Amino acid sequence: MGGGTELGRVRGLGSAKAGVGHFWHQRMTATFNVALMIWFVVSLLRLPNFDHATIVLWLTQPVAAVPMLLLIASVFYHIRLGLQVTIEDYVHDEGLKIGALILLNAYVIGLGAVAAFSVLKIAFTGTHA
Amino acid sequence: MAHRNPARPLSPHLTIWKWGPHMLVSILHRATGIALAVGGALLLTCWLAAVAGGPEAYQRLLGCLATPWVGIAATVVGVGLTWSLFQHLCSGIRHLILDTGVGYELKANRAWSIATLFISVAATAAVWLYVFRGML
Repeated sequence: MGGGTELGRVRGLGSAKAGVGHFWHQRMTATFNVALMIWFVVSLLRLPNFDHATIVLWLTQPVAAVPMLLLIASVFYHIRLGLQVTIEDYVHDEGLKIGALILLNAYVIGLGAVAAFSVLKIAFTGTHA
Repeated sequence: MAHRNPARPLSPHLTIWKWGPHMLVSILHRATGIALAVGGALLLTCWLAAVAGGPEAYQRLLGCLATPWVGIAATVVGVGLTWSLFQHLCSGIRHLILDTGVGYELKANRAWSIATLFISVAATAAVWLYVFRGML
C-alpha cells in the first residue's frame, strides 16, 4: 500500500473509490452463474419438448420462474462487469470508451428488463394466455 | 497510449511467445465471454420475449428458425453458443481456482488448460446428441 491518508489506507478503496468491489462482484456472480446455468441447461434438456405450452407450463412454476429471474440478474450483471473490462482494455480513446460504457449499461439494463419482464408475464399470466 | 514516445522500445508482447494451451484458454475465455454476452443474451431474451408474446409470436420465432438457410445458421450459432457456454464455464471455474493461489505450476496449469478444452467439447457433443437423439 502506497501513499494516501491513514484513513484512506484503512478504507482500502484506492483512487477509484471502488476498492476490490468489481473483482469481488465478478467472482460472486461467476459462482452464482455456475449453479444457475447448470440448472438452466439441465432444466431445458429435461423438458419433454420445446412447444409453447410446455415452456409456459414450466415457467409458471415458482421453482422455475424464481431461479430464472435470479439467473437473469446474475448473468446480466456478470456481462456488464466482463464487457466493461474488455472495453477498458481495448478502447483507448477516452470519448469512445465512455460512450461504449454507457452503451454497455443501456444494453444490459434494457435487455435484462425485457428478459425479466417476459419471465414475470409468463409466470403471472401464463395459464390464461 | 497517445503520449508514447515512438523512439522507446516496446516490451515483448504476445507475438514473440510460443503459444501454449494456457494462452489459448485465456483468450478463448474472453472471446467466448463476448460471444455469450452478445449472442447468448440476445437469444435468451428473444426466446423469453417470444414465449411471453404468446403462441403466435413463439411460432414465428420457431418458423423463422425452421427455414433451411436460417436453420443451418441457427444450428451453427446454437452449437457455437453451447460450446462457448461450456468453455467459459470450465475456464471460469479454472480461474476461480487460480484465484485461490493454486494451480500455477507449469504442468498443472497446462493440464487444466487442456482439460477445459476437452470437457467443453465433450459437454457440447453430449448436449446436442441428447437434443437430436430421436433422429439418430
